[in-house]
Amino acid sequence: MTLADMSHHRPSLYTQDARTKARNAAEKRFRIYGITAVTLGVLALIVLLTSVLGSGLGSFRQTMMTLPVTLDAAVLDKKGNRNPDEMAKATTITYGKVLAQALEAVVAEKGLAPEGMKAKEIGSLISKEAPAALRDMVLANPDLIGTTIEFNVLANGRIDGFFKGRVTMESAALDSNVSPAQLELAQALRDAGMLRLAFNWAFITNPDASELRPESAGLGVAILGSAYMMLIVLALALPIGVAASIYLEEFAPQNRFTDLIEVNIANLAAVPSIVFGILGLAVFINYAGLPQSSPLVGGLVLTLMTLPTIIIATRAALKAVPPSIKDAALGVGASKMQTIFHHLLPLALPGILTGTIIGLAQALGETAPLLLIGMVAFVKEYPAAPPEGFLDPAAALPVQVYNFTQRSDPAFIERASGAIIVLLVFLLAMNILAVLLRRRFERRW
Amino acid sequence: MTLGLLAALVLVLAIGGFILGRQRALSSAKGDLRKLHSLPGYYGQTVALFTAVPAFVLMAVWLFAQPALIETRVAKLLPGEEHLDLVMTDVRKIAEGLDLIVAQGYLSNKAISDMRADLSDIRSRMGDVGIALGSNVKPTVFEAAKSYRSLNHMGRIGMTVAVLAVALAGFASAFLRIQPEFRARNVSESFVKVLLIAASLVAIATTVGIVLSLVFETVHFFKIYPAADFFLSLTWNPQFGGGSDLGIWPLIWGTLYVSLIALAVAVPIGLFAAIYLAEYASKKLRAIAKPLLEILAGIPTIVYGLFALITVGPMLRDYFAQPLGLGTSSSSVMTAGLVMGIMIIPFVSSLSDDIINAVPQSLRDGSYGLGATQSETVKQVILPAALPGIVGAILLAASRAIGETMIVVLGAGAAAKLSMNPFEAMTTVTVKIVSQLTGDTEFASPETLVAFALGLTLFVFTLILNIVALVIVRKYREQYE
Repeated sequence: MTLADMSHHRPSLYTQDARTKARNAAEKRFRIYGITAVTLGVLALIVLLTSVLGSGLGSFRQTMMTLPVTLDAAVLDKKGNRNPDEMAKATTITYGKVLAQALEAVVAEKGLAPEGMKAKEIGSLISKEAPAALRDMVLANPDLIGTTIEFNVLANGRIDGFFKGRVTMESAALDSNVSPAQLELAQALRDAGMLRLAFNWAFITNPDASELRPESAGLGVAILGSAYMMLIVLALALPIGVAASIYLEEFAPQNRFTDLIEVNIANLAAVPSIVFGILGLAVFINYAGLPQSSPLVGGLVLTLMTLPTIIIATRAALKAVPPSIKDAALGVGASKMQTIFHHLLPLALPGILTGTIIGLAQALGETAPLLLIGMVAFVKEYPAAPPEGFLDPAAALPVQVYNFTQRSDPAFIERASGAIIVLLVFLLAMNILAVLLRRRFERRW
Repeated sequence: MTLGLLAALVLVLAIGGFILGRQRALSSAKGDLRKLHSLPGYYGQTVALFTAVPAFVLMAVWLFAQPALIETRVAKLLPGEEHLDLVMTDVRKIAEGLDLIVAQGYLSNKAISDMRADLSDIRSRMGDVGIALGSNVKPTVFEAAKSYRSLNHMGRIGMTVAVLAVALAGFASAFLRIQPEFRARNVSESFVKVLLIAASLVAIATTVGIVLSLVFETVHFFKIYPAADFFLSLTWNPQFGGGSDLGIWPLIWGTLYVSLIALAVAVPIGLFAAIYLAEYASKKLRAIAKPLLEILAGIPTIVYGLFALITVGPMLRDYFAQPLGLGTSSSSVMTAGLVMGIMIIPFVSSLSDDIINAVPQSLRDGSYGLGATQSETVKQVILPAALPGIVGAILLAASRAIGETMIVVLGAGAAAKLSMNPFEAMTTVTVKIVSQLTGDTEFASPETLVAFALGLTLFVFTLILNIVALVIVRKYREQYE
């Protein structure tokens, strides 16, 4: 082949021939696929988080009204001796009327009511939960009777929805639960400064509320239930997990039996979570007779699920301690147990704790197994203080999200997203703690 | 005595044992520590361990065994009952009610043992303490409930006595052995080692528990529902009143369809992301993008479920399904599949990334030396070398997708259908496990028990996938190490 022939194929180094062009184009395309994939993944994360945050932030602000409420003794305490047992005869219906009258009085005084609006319609601006709150307050402090107090009442869920854009004049016209006139009145009340959107502490502290009262539904019971379960998981999974890891890492001989344990742990990490729920239902509830929807059963199930995570993390942490430390301890006459408990374990502790926190974070977000052990039940009472409280019915944060999604009122979707924000905040805090622990205590040998 | 009190008592005994054991060791050495075989603390530790551990083990075993023993004995009192499970539920309820009646001071224990179902109105008395009974109580059932209750009481008393006896016996035996020559450290260390072994057996116990509970109830299910119908029927139509069709195929089809869509989303994105991050990305980009993708794996599945329910579902319905005339449901196979795909991206990308990084640099250098471009190297050298590992990663992701529950519960719908239309609501094995076990049907009915058969199917399916994946990954890793 002569030089001239070659120049026929490739006229110059500066101009690419067709094949090089194609290869370079393929290279460029491949790179673009890669960038697109990474972008899509990150984009999915962003869309996911913004969608949930966007629809959930509203639940942290709630429409409230401050009303001057006259607690008339003739209505609320007919016998007049301020005995809470007798006053308890006045039901929430009576208190509801008191509140409705208070609102009507304010509306009439300021002349805010639109033409032709009935008194009943004005009263139903108030949440159905408010009378019970007022009643509890009065029964707890009977001296309030006969005075006029400034009482903060929740507005009805639809009114709340109006100020958050969920309910419009058009949708209200079709809705049997709210009328456009009520919305106009609510707007007038807001303009008059009687009605405002305030930070909603009740969302964090209140128990769940029934289908008709989305405005007062909160996460108190669920947060408490989740906290109880995390306590149980921590108290059981950490010692068992660490003990198992010490045995497997430091003592176990290389034989079939050890292999069996190792395979088991690897498999448990990959068993679908719902299968653990079936185990909990069959063994802890049906066989052992532990109460349904109790944090104890939930905690036990989550313990079994968290164990593999903790064992894997602990073994890695134990492995990372340099053998020289072990040799030195053994060399100065420590027994194997002393070497492990006095030297290896303290040095591996940061890694173990990090793994434990991550395991707990996983357990905190787990939903499916808890559905099967009865955590879906509607629970309005706070569980008692531990240890009795471990057997009381309770909810759990992720299951509460699921419960909210199963209700028809769209206001509960906002609550569900809000609950997820609370859940994510807890998870974020735990993960940051894990990262900080690792940063602060991790040692490079 | 309540359990908590008993446990506290045993703990107090153990702590007391530690202090006393230590003192006895010190006094037996007459103040000269060198005479002791072990440090004084080990003598205390031995006493504490011998006091607490056997007592707690006995307590756990007793709590575990008592219900079964009592139920078999009570069941013997109810000959000829057709639905023994249901009757036993009543027995337990009545016994609980009797406990409440005594606790609230309506009747004494003696009055209850004299009470007879044919003479007094049990149902209204139960109603007084908040126990609702469906029908009037048969005398035999009431007698069974009374004996259930008294057996439970006896069991509790027996346990308290036995546990305390074991604790004291352990205390005494360890305490009396203390003398300067006693090898306390060796004894307590062997004891601790036994505890460590026991802890590592929890994993095996869990697996055994899972398998036993699934198999036991599945056998129960196949006794009242023909296995052939379950495995071969193409309709899933549970009825409250009985006569249900419980064929598994519509559920398996839904599960596979959703998982397939999920993998179709996750495999290309995850794989290309892994390739890009491993081969192309700068250190800085990698340090940002890799953790961001891994966040996706740390987000609880309920969050994805809600995302499917409120964002993806309505969007797919409004922009794709309705304009194309494919359906009007916001929960669909496509919704669940897409969202699940997002969830398993990190499972594919992280594992593949590790595997691609494990391919030796010499292979890359050789390829570049022959004049291959970077993408040609990836396609023709790195991917073939990493293929087994990547297949393993994909299988693990598939097993994750098949076992996933919350996304499909909230995103896929509840209608069991055999359809090709991805915009139609379908259902999966996991959805039906949840709905059959959280419904109101009685436990012993085929409609509830079918959940265990579904669970067993799911368990076996994912187990096989996991094992195959692990074997592939492990085999591949050995090649380069």
